[in-house]
Amino acid sequence: MEERYRVLAGPEAYLPPAAACMGIVLPDPGQAHIEGRIVPEEEAMEHVARKFLEAKVPIIYPGPLVLWNWNEKAAQKAKAIKILADTIPARIIPMPDYRPKYPKINPEVEINPNHPNLTIWHNKNDVCMFVGVHCHLANLSLKIIRAGTSCYTIAMCAQAGHEDAMVSFRDATAEKIMRLAEWVSKLKNGGIPQETVSGDGRHQKHS
Amino acid sequence: METKSLIGTLNKKGQKYVDPNYLFFEAPREASFMTGSEVIKEAIRRASVDLMVAYPITPQSEAAALIGELYAEGYVADYMRGESEFAVMSQCAGGAFGGARVFTTTAGPGTLRAFENFPMWVGARLPIQVIVTCRGINSPLSIQPDTLEMYFLLGTGMLVWHAETAQDFYDWILKGYIVAEQPDVHLPIAVCCDGFFVTHTKDTVMLTPPDMCLPPYDPYRSPVVCMDMESPPVRMMRDPFVMKSNYISYMTHASWQQETRAACERSRKHTVALIGDLIETEDLDAEILIVASGTAVAQGREAIRLLADEGIKVGLVKIKSLRPFPYHEIREATKNAKWIFIPEFNIIGWLAQEIKACIPNNERVIAGPHVAGGMTMPPEVIVERIQKTLGLLKGSILAGRGS
Repeated sequence: MEERYRVLAGPEAYLPPAAACMGIVLPDPGQAHIEGRIVPEEEAMEHVARKFLEAKVPIIYPGPLVLWNWNEKAAQKAKAIKILADTIPARIIPMPDYRPKYPKINPEVEINPNHPNLTIWHNKNDVCMFVGVHCHLANLSLKIIRAGTSCYTIAMCAQAGHEDAMVSFRDATAEKIMRLAEWVSKLKNGGIPQETVSGDGRHQKHS
Repeated sequence: METKSLIGTLNKKGQKYVDPNYLFFEAPREASFMTGSEVIKEAIRRASVDLMVAYPITPQSEAAALIGELYAEGYVADYMRGESEFAVMSQCAGGAFGGARVFTTTAGPGTLRAFENFPMWVGARLPIQVIVTCRGINSPLSIQPDTLEMYFLLGTGMLVWHAETAQDFYDWILKGYIVAEQPDVHLPIAVCCDGFFVTHTKDTVMLTPPDMCLPPYDPYRSPVVCMDMESPPVRMMRDPFVMKSNYISYMTHASWQQETRAACERSRKHTVALIGDLIETEDLDAEILIVASGTAVAQGREAIRLLADEGIKVGLVKIKSLRPFPYHEIREATKNAKWIFIPEFNIIGWLAQEIKACIPNNERVIAGPHVAGGMTMPPEVIVERIQKTLGLLKGSILAGRGS
């Protein structure tokens, strides 16, 4: 029997497949996915909070949909992202636009969807979260990161989510981002229970 | 970016914007007897289309002209004629880049003349709907039904659905927009039918009320920026960012293509919610199956009836969506079949190739019968092919036809 495909940190392959073409489906409202497995959103919140706290170099990559003050909701999300970054604490490196940057981007100050690996490698980034990036460009980045880096990717998507991230939320709002910050805060205050992964990909906690 | 919901409000023609699920599954329906071309017009009347670009080519010309009437009546916001099919599809791209819901129709050589634009629409994630009323594409000229052009569409990355009946056509034009415009899909869709058989024959179609319509397209849910000369996908066309000669540039291009194919896969769950499973089946316990799409399904149904009169039980698999292709569904539906017949209105048998590629023991697949160039496929031809394969018939009961 063919083993179920799992969306894991890379480097995966010279050209890994799009996860959707390997049978990974997007979560329905109220759900998220962890490495391709559909879970209740709260389970993913806890998992992501732990990933951030265990990371050596956690980074949040906000895209144009939250970097620019399009409307009140964008501004609220931006504030929530700043609170989350301060709580972890994590660096914020923006994806201000999608323009190809030639001859080379400055990976200290920005990330680009067409060659996100440069920023990941340069900063030795091991856990990252995308938020406010147009879906197609986010999937492009997430797959390139999975191909060539060992970074653990998280997507906080305002639409339907991303199979190519190792964890994906959907229907992101400022409140949802704040809830994630609360999970980080809660785990920090209570210590981080150890987590192991069983053969079927399920994450189990041990105190 | 959120836009205010218009559901419950009226458009300038007095039509009420209604929830798509209400329109599809709950709104009252009234029987109407009309041609496939007229059905296209009635679907577009209810589709809140912003732009239709037209160009004449048989057998879609009548539908294209009828949409012009809708424009004159105020149901379609803008309407123009392109200089050629290539121009039409390019103009459709311009409209969709600008955030419009776009519709067009084409057929046969027109489809092929326009072809460069179809993978471009996909790469740019433009949810344009094109109706393809299939006809012959090769020399010598034939304006008659032939589904060879669909074979070429299968590799573009577009959603490709194949309607059997005018009712399919009516429902799928409206539902097609809703699937294609989902942010996780957001791809162009080709809703195809066999020209003349569907476009120029009358059938009873259950129509939704003319005073209800789909909510308008919301371009702010696009997975790419609407129109920005500095950013892909528009940037690709003036300064292809993937043409730099290095590994990561090529990798970006490959990943871009993969993402569009992934989007096609994602359409499954939205499609199933609206048009049901990607296949419809009857009598899967039969040892003999007919697997088909489009008009070949209708002919297959008649053949099954004729064979039943002779005591031969035959099951049916109707394929509704060719992209995404129902691999798993077909594997499951055909697992008990000893013979799988694939009647097609084209000479190469592309559907048989697809099915052979996705099932075990594919020597069970009998690629045919085939007709092309405008030939009809009498059900007796399918019956004869099945009987001959089973060793029940010597010679041909149809070879002398027309002599």
